[in-house]
Amino acid sequence: MATIIVVTSGKGGVGKTTTSASVSTGLAKRGFKTAVIDFDVGLRNLDLVMGCERRVVYDFVNVIQNEALLKQALIRDKHCDNLFILPASQTRDKEALSKEGVGRVLDELRDSFDYIVCDSPAGIEQGALMALYFADEAFIVTNPEVSSVRDSDRILGILQARSKRAETGSTPIKEHLLVTRYSPRRVEAGEMLSLKDVQDLLGIPLIGVIPESEVVLQASNSGVPVIHFDQSPSGQAYDDVVARFLGESRPMRFLEPERKNFLRRLFGT
Amino acid sequence: MNLLDYFLSKRKKSAVVAKERLQIILARERVDRSGPDYLPALKREILEVVAKYVSIDVEQVQVHLQREGNCEILELNISLPEPPPASTNQPMGHSAAN
Repeated sequence: MATIIVVTSGKGGVGKTTTSASVSTGLAKRGFKTAVIDFDVGLRNLDLVMGCERRVVYDFVNVIQNEALLKQALIRDKHCDNLFILPASQTRDKEALSKEGVGRVLDELRDSFDYIVCDSPAGIEQGALMALYFADEAFIVTNPEVSSVRDSDRILGILQARSKRAETGSTPIKEHLLVTRYSPRRVEAGEMLSLKDVQDLLGIPLIGVIPESEVVLQASNSGVPVIHFDQSPSGQAYDDVVARFLGESRPMRFLEPERKNFLRRLFGT
Repeated sequence: MNLLDYFLSKRKKSAVVAKERLQIILARERVDRSGPDYLPALKREILEVVAKYVSIDVEQVQVHLQREGNCEILELNISLPEPPPASTNQPMGHSAAN
């Protein structure tokens, strides 16, 4: 029986798809059979970030509307054998995601997978509501920035009131705060909300901090989830996130500005 | 106070400003969320009625919903303006705000 994880944020552009790609890859690399679903119907993007855009034949909406079988639509990841991607439809609108349809596809996946990662679209409309409705656990992706923090708080309210777990009165969705695009240098200069500020404001347990890094863009440029860049701080930070999610205790890192020594500063490397 | 102190104390770091603003707005939005669905509409309509008779500042209104056991207390705190000294009796139909 799979655990369903939603990656959500309210605000767009904070790193939901980057996180979905890396967390699902991290889980698969550790041997768990994992599916990652793009809920951003109309604006397919997860396939591009995961580098499988040219192998999309059928999509999530095709499966919901019985135009394709689930196993026809699932794309096997080129790096991990036990990772599968279910892409979003580009031609339909978000209303195509009915509660019954999404529930049926998730039920079918639940039997044969360990983890199902739901990549939520931005906003609080149908696609976002369906991505979180069936979740057991949630990653709240937040940038240390006013509108992102506010939208995350909004999404937390929705998780606590309008998810299936809330409606049926069962154990609430387990919430994990993931702070992304964190710049220790700007925090030190007093220009960016600190990790503690974001934690104080949102009041949910922290699962990780991903430092702002140009490697994230390089990763999406090449269609390889950033967690594969295991020499880079962002890749290592995502690996820590997955380890913590699975119960390992790892200290937070990349919270201090990198101190350049005199020579590196001189040559600007 | 020397010049350096002046600049150091006067300029509040923008991250501090951000946190203060968020603390206020999140607290307000959480109250709105925790109440029943009809609370914002109820608040608006009560204010409309009051505003028909007295000039009130919407910012000066506090709404609290408290739960004590199985009893809910809706508390509306509206600060009325000082009555003008000349005319203490305002006509009933006076509409001051909308």
